[in-house]
Amino acid sequence: MTWDVALILGIDGLANGAVYLLAGLGLVLIFSVTRVVFVPFGDIAAFAALTMAAFETGRMPPTIGLVAVLAVVAAATEVASLLRRGEGAGIPKAIAAWGLLPLLPCALAWAVSRLALPAPVTIAATVLLVLPIAPLLARIVFQPIADASVLVLLIVSLALHFLLSGLGLLFFGPEGSRTQPLASGSLGLGDGFSVSGQVMLMVASAFVLSGLFFLVFERTVTGKALRATAVNRVGARLVGIRPARTALLAYGSASLLAGLIGVLIAPVTTMYYDSGFIIGLKAFVAAIIGGLVSYPLTAIGAIAVGLVESFASFWSGAMKDVIVFSLLIPVLMLRSFMSVHSEEEEDEVDQ
Amino acid sequence: MNAGATPDTNAEACAPVAAAPGLLSDGRLWLALLVAALALAPAVASSFAVSLLNDIGIGALVALGLVLLTGIGGATSFGQAAFVGIAAYATAWLSTTQGLSPWLGLLFALLLTGLSALAIGMLTLRLGGHFLPLSTIAWGLSIPMLFGNVDALGRHTGLSNIPALRIGSQSLAEPGAIYYLIWALVGLAFLFSRNLLASRPGRAIRSLRGGATLLASVGADAYKVRLALFVTAALFAGVAGWLYAHMNRFVSPSPFDLRASIEYLLMAVAGGLGQLAGALVGSALVLLLKNGLQDVLPLLTQNAGQLEAVAFAAIFILLLHFARGGVMGFVRRWTGSRPRPQASAPAIAVEPLAHRELPPRGSPVLSVMGAVKRFGGLVAVNDVSFDVAAGEIVGLIGPNGAGKSTMFNLLTCTLPMSAGQVRFLGRDIAGLPQREVARLGLARTFQHVKLRPRMSLLDNVALGAHSRTGAGVIRAGLRLDRHEERQTLQEAQRQLDRIGLGDRAHELAGSLPLGTQRILEIARALAADPVLLVLDEPAAGLRRKEKMALGELLRKLREEGVTILIVEHDMDFVMRLVDRLVVMNFGSKLVEGAPAAVRADERVQAAYLGSVA
Repeated sequence: MTWDVALILGIDGLANGAVYLLAGLGLVLIFSVTRVVFVPFGDIAAFAALTMAAFETGRMPPTIGLVAVLAVVAAATEVASLLRRGEGAGIPKAIAAWGLLPLLPCALAWAVSRLALPAPVTIAATVLLVLPIAPLLARIVFQPIADASVLVLLIVSLALHFLLSGLGLLFFGPEGSRTQPLASGSLGLGDGFSVSGQVMLMVASAFVLSGLFFLVFERTVTGKALRATAVNRVGARLVGIRPARTALLAYGSASLLAGLIGVLIAPVTTMYYDSGFIIGLKAFVAAIIGGLVSYPLTAIGAIAVGLVESFASFWSGAMKDVIVFSLLIPVLMLRSFMSVHSEEEEDEVDQ
Repeated sequence: MNAGATPDTNAEACAPVAAAPGLLSDGRLWLALLVAALALAPAVASSFAVSLLNDIGIGALVALGLVLLTGIGGATSFGQAAFVGIAAYATAWLSTTQGLSPWLGLLFALLLTGLSALAIGMLTLRLGGHFLPLSTIAWGLSIPMLFGNVDALGRHTGLSNIPALRIGSQSLAEPGAIYYLIWALVGLAFLFSRNLLASRPGRAIRSLRGGATLLASVGADAYKVRLALFVTAALFAGVAGWLYAHMNRFVSPSPFDLRASIEYLLMAVAGGLGQLAGALVGSALVLLLKNGLQDVLPLLTQNAGQLEAVAFAAIFILLLHFARGGVMGFVRRWTGSRPRPQASAPAIAVEPLAHRELPPRGSPVLSVMGAVKRFGGLVAVNDVSFDVAAGEIVGLIGPNGAGKSTMFNLLTCTLPMSAGQVRFLGRDIAGLPQREVARLGLARTFQHVKLRPRMSLLDNVALGAHSRTGAGVIRAGLRLDRHEERQTLQEAQRQLDRIGLGDRAHELAGSLPLGTQRILEIARALAADPVLLVLDEPAAGLRRKEKMALGELLRKLREEGVTILIVEHDMDFVMRLVDRLVVMNFGSKLVEGAPAAVRADERVQAAYLGSVA
């Protein structure tokens, strides 16, 4: 391998890493607040990419139907739980919040698909459209079992991924799509090298967004509430933080990140309804490097995964995923040697 | 101990209903009916139904491994299908490209699966918390990808023309013929598992969820127990893979991918992770459901293939919402069947387990020399020295925060010492793993009781004898451990009699009040035949009567030559009991001496009551 090749691979790896960074942040955010390893994260990103592609070809994005269905189910779940608790008075509000609010971005998306509007508007419409997906899923699937063990939550999360990828096939069909680049032009590095505008946009967005994340977490009350919930749910509740609400916020932010990832990645990769899973899993490797709690380590992990992937694909295209996932085992071993875990008793199996 | 938090659990209870009385009690009747139905099925069922039953049997084998590993042992695997794949590919490769007999393929498949499991297990089973299940996703994903990228294994097209099994001149190519082999192996696997759970390694496996410290306190290594369990589960998957390859006569990577692994896990969860039968029920449920969906959905919609996955996932999520215990959990709640107190099997007296030679009265048993423990800047134990001689009861007391519990952890080697020495029976034990110290004859109890709530009193106490016995997984599974097992149970019963709980041996430990649970822990410690018994606040939560009984018991033990070190809050209790007291305050030793002298000491009074000045 020559330096030129290494440079190209390095830049490629950085672009991949940027995507994994954003996804990793979302995964860590959700895990630390709710203890859910949110496997369907990648699916939401794929849905965003496919939505974007649908806008571009002037079709109405099928995502609208998906969100509408989820909204109906979520509203029904909420109403049922209100009825069970005998709080019938809250029903209109529940229907408005869970059933009608998510339909607003649907309406917007419908309007956008009718009028050919410029790219920034479609991007905004795409991100807004996928924004309700994670919170709605959380309300339907995770909130009723918020007290279950990490394992049960993980199994449910995996099942949810299969459900979503089935729905993805149903709504989007098996065809892949790719969109126009968001940023044109390229930056020459001399010697005939250039970095495409899209790659620069990806890397820059990743850094800006993770910087924002950091600021929100360190400097705002909301961010601190999220951190408090992550540290101790009971303690957070005692000081007046509502875990269900912070969880919703976490899912919302993750959905936002997934939407942005979808928009960023759609022009560089052909996305299929099930492409998200592998992206999510690789981000997951990054998140685990961060122990599923540390944001800076996750960022380093994401870049590392991106680089390993890009160099591995140079040596053996077919084996690159095997290499990336096998990377997880030494990482986990290192982590488990470094962390001194106190005596842990596992939950008893549910009966 | 989180028994209180999740009282409705049954991880360990599934094990031995072995000695269930009466030949045709409910369980046995059902079992007999099931076996009869399975034996007759090929005669009456269509060949399609027989094929489905074959799949169910293979699924049940894998799910059984998962019930053992995940349900009972508490280690989740998202990669079990990879082991099925390793075995299937191993036998496929050997019998196609090498042209060897499928029966050699079985050996080769099991060898390869076992070695892979051993290697993967050694790499990952030390991982704590949720890292272990996550790592299983990694290899569950990588191994099938590997199958698809190796030329010798036919890449993504796989290997075909795998020969059918033959027994003598009888070919097992037909579904109806291999059916009996599959179900015989399923039956054997269940029998093996049931035997295993009702044995020495089984008790350790059922205690894995209680944490590594509990196992270390009886001289067992949680990592090794888990590794043996992991390999066992993988070998069950290996048998399934071998059957799969020779039944379908074709292997390709996709039936062994992560999705398949999750489906196996789903079987175990759907059936009920708490019970062995859950594996069979779950496998049947999942495969029948899949089959049913394939039949029904096309009638409702044109997108049947796509909806199948959706419906399947949705049903699974609903199941976890409303019936986390799976079908068997439902059945148990429905029939209200609890593991019945077994009418104790007619005890055939066997010679007792070998007994340890106790050191002569008055000789040094334990000496702590200059023990120091720092947590960062905080010095929790500061240069404490004291001795315990054989045959005496020494009390370690002190006000809250005096460092008693830290001292306790230092001398049982639960915590590493910052400086100093602990000599036990003339040997420096500082730095030894806790289980080694336990094996030397230092038995302990826990301040926060660590019992297995869903195991019987007898089993809980028998766990204490772990280090005095030696049966492993294979001996236990094949019931070659019966003599030793009888000795163990007899010893456990003797210890239960000793503490006065002999007539409640078959009740569940979780049903005892806290005070009695503490006494039960003492019986478990005694079952290890200890030289030194270290008790962490045994009188906490006990009523007056119970305290008197406990004092009586400890005095009796002293008479028998057992040395006791007791960490306690209850002054009254300690004063009446001990020969000598060591008083700690602010991490240092304050006073040492006879109870009366200590009681009169001004420094002790100041420490407990505050100084007058």
